[in-house]
Amino acid sequence: MAEKAWLIPLLPALSYFIILLFGKKMPKGGSESGIIAVGTSFVLALIVAAQWIKDEHIVDQHLTWWSNGKVHITLGQHVDGLTAMMFVVVTFVSLMVHIYSTGYMHGDERFTHFFAALSLFTASMLFMVLADNLLQLMIGWELVGLCSFMLIGHWFEEKNNSSAALKAFFTTRTGDVGLMLGIITLFFAAGQHFSIQLINKMALEHEISHGLLLAGALLLFLGVMGKSAQVPLHIWLPDAMAGPTPVSALIHAATMVVAGVYLVARVYGVFWEGFSIGHGGLNWMAFIAGLTMVLTAALAFVQDDIKRVLAYSTVSQLGYMVAALSVGAWTAGVFHLFTHAFFKALLFLGSGSVIHAVHSNNMSEMGGLKKYMPQTYWTFVIGTLALAGIFPLAGFWSKDEILLGATKNGYPYIFVLGLIGAFMTACYMGRCVILTFHGEYRGHGHPHESPRSMTVPLLLLAIPSALIGLINAPGVLKFAHWVRFEVPGVEFEPPEHKFAVPLATFSFLVAVAGLAVAYWVFYLKTAPNKGAFERAPLRTVKHVLVEKYYLDALFVGGVVGAIKGPIARAAYWINQNVIDGVVNAVGVGAKLVGRFTYDVIDQKGVDGIVNGIGVGASETGGVLRLVQSGRVQQYALMLFAAVGLLGLALILFT
Amino acid sequence: MPITQYLFLSAFLFCTGVYGVLARRNGVLVLMSIELMLNAVNINLVAFSARLSDAAGQVFALFVIAIAAAEVGVGLAIVLLIYRNRVGVNLDEIDLMKG
Repeated sequence: MAEKAWLIPLLPALSYFIILLFGKKMPKGGSESGIIAVGTSFVLALIVAAQWIKDEHIVDQHLTWWSNGKVHITLGQHVDGLTAMMFVVVTFVSLMVHIYSTGYMHGDERFTHFFAALSLFTASMLFMVLADNLLQLMIGWELVGLCSFMLIGHWFEEKNNSSAALKAFFTTRTGDVGLMLGIITLFFAAGQHFSIQLINKMALEHEISHGLLLAGALLLFLGVMGKSAQVPLHIWLPDAMAGPTPVSALIHAATMVVAGVYLVARVYGVFWEGFSIGHGGLNWMAFIAGLTMVLTAALAFVQDDIKRVLAYSTVSQLGYMVAALSVGAWTAGVFHLFTHAFFKALLFLGSGSVIHAVHSNNMSEMGGLKKYMPQTYWTFVIGTLALAGIFPLAGFWSKDEILLGATKNGYPYIFVLGLIGAFMTACYMGRCVILTFHGEYRGHGHPHESPRSMTVPLLLLAIPSALIGLINAPGVLKFAHWVRFEVPGVEFEPPEHKFAVPLATFSFLVAVAGLAVAYWVFYLKTAPNKGAFERAPLRTVKHVLVEKYYLDALFVGGVVGAIKGPIARAAYWINQNVIDGVVNAVGVGAKLVGRFTYDVIDQKGVDGIVNGIGVGASETGGVLRLVQSGRVQQYALMLFAAVGLLGLALILFT
Repeated sequence: MPITQYLFLSAFLFCTGVYGVLARRNGVLVLMSIELMLNAVNINLVAFSARLSDAAGQVFALFVIAIAAAEVGVGLAIVLLIYRNRVGVNLDEIDLMKG
């Protein structure tokens, strides 16, 4: 079955075309095609995963797409534990989102278009996961970005939404330039091969120089920073919340944004050697990830839009994943990707359910929803506790493994930042739950529980959110066994560490403390100095957070503004003075040359020659015409004279 | 018999021919003078042929006679036409090709 893994991306891809062509004529507007295709893919993914667990047989096949000399561009599939896991996660979350969307998007004017894009997105992500070479991976990667653009801008009638879509596209494209350069670097470093396994092998066996690996890893990481929203290229993700909420759940929480993490996990040999992860200390990836974890978590505190809180939480959690990979805790990073997909999809779909009920994204217009929508409330709480890392829910296990890896592998600052991040995560999620579901209802109308098509996916996602972490609990440790980084023929395994109870207890207490602070400040509202954020110096802090560290202003003012302002003006000056000068000089020069050509060469030279020939012929003719008397005897005389002279010459000179 | 006498005869005939071609006004006489020159050459050819015992010279002479007959035919036809058109064959007056 694993050999047929290519069916998994193919089915949603076919569904995309079916919905596009026939969707509008279908009784349910094409949604049934998407659900059937993704559902079948999910079953296939489960079969592939089950088979992997059974015999752990790596499938690595490819066929030649086209050849150019000795360069063979291949199209292939690589199925191992990581692939199987990604298949299960993507198809499961996608299936939930599909079902949920039938309720959430009901009555939307581009309902069919929406489902077509969802199908294409699922297909692209699965295609990317299936790839056995970097070129194929990049194709999937870009397709995923395109679908993200389409879905963020789903309601493009509003300027904000279409700008958000463009912002997401441009920001990730900025990173993608690095990705492409990185792939090219590795292509040549590996002797003109795109194969991921080969590149990993050569990297780990030191067949590629460290400098090239570092360059490749830095460039690839630029792509990761864009796609997986690492500081400072994270700015697109909160804005991407302009898209419909199911999209936020699928793309901006569970699957697409983890493409970057997946890339790092997949080409880990390059990153391991390039960034010298095994040696501990400070590396570029850990630095960025550490910043991302904490800086973006702080931003979640000042957001009023419930989806933006979750968006910043996503960015922060992506920071955790990248941090885990950057400290050598490969399994922890991938495991966090796995658990996070479930509870973050749950949280987003829950927030969508709330938004559906109150018709507003703002938490200031929510409150007290617990009694109106109990199913949403309880599933949301499960998601919150899982994200906060409360024992024994999913997030606890994966976050703990990351912190463990950071301490054991010699990255104490990641450990400290991780703990701070964990505290903040628990705290802002507590705030989010309290503002949304507790207290008095502050909005308009009468909120109601969402239809079954929306609550059932919530329940289905709540179960893995709560329990899935147990598969890598101490004593079970199945995940670490099933999903591991291995390159056939190379003796390399990222370090694994035993579960440490004191550390786990400590991180658990930190999370509980975060929730407690949230309860104290936002629920009881008895915290002293609660007006502190309205006074200096904390007011400045709040202001900086509200302005998102002025990064948007920096990008708009610094990059876009620079292009619009001085650079544009400089370009105008250069245009006016330099380019126009050159053009004018060329014009004047051409005119002078033309005048010279006309006056001297044409009028005097060429005409002189032509006229000279004419005049010469005429003059010669005038002379010769005297000879042409027309009298035959004169001609004969000349003939005989000439013969006589020649005869005389013959006699005289021989 | 020494060859010089033939050569003298030949030279005399040739010079007579040249004189006739250059000096006579009448076109018919000019044609006759050309015949004299050709036959002077023929005498030369035949004389050397006999002297060197080589038949090639006599063959040449035969060719010359044949071609001369054709030439006189064409020439006399031209003269006849000129006479018909201009009533006279004085070559001094025939200068239509004057440049």
